[in-house]
Amino acid sequence: MHFGLTQEQEMIVDTVRSFVENEIYPHEQLVERCGEVPNEIAQNIKNKTKELGFYACNFPESVGGAGLTHMDFALVERELGRGSMALNHFFGRPQNILMACQGEQIERYLLPAVRGDRMDALAMTEPDAGSDVRGMNCSAVRDGDDWVLNGSKHFISGAEHADFFIVFVATGVDDTPRGPKKRITTFLVDRGTPGFDVRDGYNSVSHKGYKNCILTFDDCRLPKEQVLGEVDGGFAVMNEWLYATRLTVAAMSVGRARRCFDYALNYAAERKQFGQPIGKFQGVGFQIADMITEIDAADWLTLAAAWRLDQGLPANREIASAKLYATEMLARVTDTTLQIFGGMGLMDDFPIERFWRDARVERIWDGTSEIQRHIISRDLLRPLGA
Amino acid sequence: MKVLVPVKRVIDYNVKVRVKADGSGVDLANVKMSMNPFDEIAVEEAIRMKEAGKVDEIVVVSIGIEKSQETLRTALAMGADRAILVNAADDVHTDIEPLAVAKLLKAVIAEENPGLVLCGKQAIDNDMNATGQMLSALLGWSQATFASEINVDGDSATVTREVDGGLQTIKVKMPAIVTVDLRLNEPRYASLPNIMKAKKKPLDTKTAADLGVDVAPRLSVVKTTEPAERAAGVKVADVAELVAKLKDEAGVI
Repeated sequence: MHFGLTQEQEMIVDTVRSFVENEIYPHEQLVERCGEVPNEIAQNIKNKTKELGFYACNFPESVGGAGLTHMDFALVERELGRGSMALNHFFGRPQNILMACQGEQIERYLLPAVRGDRMDALAMTEPDAGSDVRGMNCSAVRDGDDWVLNGSKHFISGAEHADFFIVFVATGVDDTPRGPKKRITTFLVDRGTPGFDVRDGYNSVSHKGYKNCILTFDDCRLPKEQVLGEVDGGFAVMNEWLYATRLTVAAMSVGRARRCFDYALNYAAERKQFGQPIGKFQGVGFQIADMITEIDAADWLTLAAAWRLDQGLPANREIASAKLYATEMLARVTDTTLQIFGGMGLMDDFPIERFWRDARVERIWDGTSEIQRHIISRDLLRPLGA
Repeated sequence: MKVLVPVKRVIDYNVKVRVKADGSGVDLANVKMSMNPFDEIAVEEAIRMKEAGKVDEIVVVSIGIEKSQETLRTALAMGADRAILVNAADDVHTDIEPLAVAKLLKAVIAEENPGLVLCGKQAIDNDMNATGQMLSALLGWSQATFASEINVDGDSATVTREVDGGLQTIKVKMPAIVTVDLRLNEPRYASLPNIMKAKKKPLDTKTAADLGVDVAPRLSVVKTTEPAERAAGVKVADVAELVAKLKDEAGVI
């Protein structure tokens, strides 16, 4: 058993942290206020990330990525989690699912995404299909060699910057003992395809500037070459690749919690009331103790799950535990930090209110806390017949 | 030309420094340590010279404890070619004094024969600002301190120095010792491919005894104290009062 990082990992952490502190933090307030990332800043972050060889570092070396282990990548995500989601979107990490590209798809989608020439976005959620992915209504029907897509998607992150989309749509229905379940196929859809439209979505209180968009398909015709993976194999593709985003959410939550905690710790040491630093009051001191304990616990859960992936061990349950615990921990840490700051914590002069708002979505996206609990409990109970 | 860059592992500049309870020095147990920022600037300058085709090889050397390896790896990840660790202490709290460091560097230089030594003007831990100058004296090489611009041209170098009165430009004969100041450049981040390559670059370890240098301290630290807390300021009612206070109380105008 060894709990230390390697020298390479220490250097990766140092580099990414310095990058976030120097290239991301200075623009956060601007992005928060104007609700989007100015193009010049976006390109600058993207170019610097490429120069540093970190662009698409989650991809194997065989396709031009850095070939990081899951553990290395979790550390990268953890440090990125300190900074704004809107800005660090340009510290590009394309969807791993693109590794399912075959034939010409490799040249058209996978390699340009890894090089940073084309950006991708993933579209799954619909107004009537959130956690119930296989209840989706957006559908595709065959027409000769083509597919015709109809329906809509919402809450699509990164869509406003995406050149192409990885879209999950229903291509049939299976009757199962638990009722009808949609068969799902994954399509690669280029921006500008006739019948396909991307528009602004809602204004979220979490991660301002990291927009969510609405996609609509109106008799959108796609040749069969746009199918990613097998026809009707979308659910398998999803399960094979999407664990990674859940681990990413866990790792980012740990990073953000640590940044928030530094504010709490310093404020508890410096803010004086009744003639002494408020940290000397047990009520505050114990909050500090509880916060760091939970942050460390979430950090280890996350890294241990990443380690299991690197060892080729089953990790679904462990990833679900990490996502569940890290996001709920982040909610508590940001809320407690705000309480330590008192009224000032709510003012946008400090980033605390932002951390607190941003934390809220982490328990919802990429599988709600309830879905994570479902995964964990089914993993344990199903083998026992319950 | 080969460039030698000495790098020191020091307490990270972001760490809030605490004096040890017995006053014998600064507490370095369990605090983040990093490369001395001025040394980082020296490494960066060496890499830029190499990129400009003026340098063939960059050798970094650190004198300290075993853990100084980490600092050397960071320099290798930035782009240095080779590293030498001179293991001269077991305890992070043991300070190796500038004269001992300069003697060790002299011994390393005798083996390596660099055409130029680039060092930080001082280390941010105890701010001695002495090693570069002592090394120059021991070697009998020319020196240029507090450099904000360096141009090597054949057997001489033109160096702009930041001095109290402004900028001074001097020409020194090579080989030379140049100590670098803050505004010389902005060090790069270690790139991911270079981080991965750093482990494969050679790192030799020597001891102070191998180099025949006695590192026993000649100075004794009498006491270490934290600086007095800054007193609260005062508000003045108007410009006239401010001017009066600057004149009469502060005596600065």
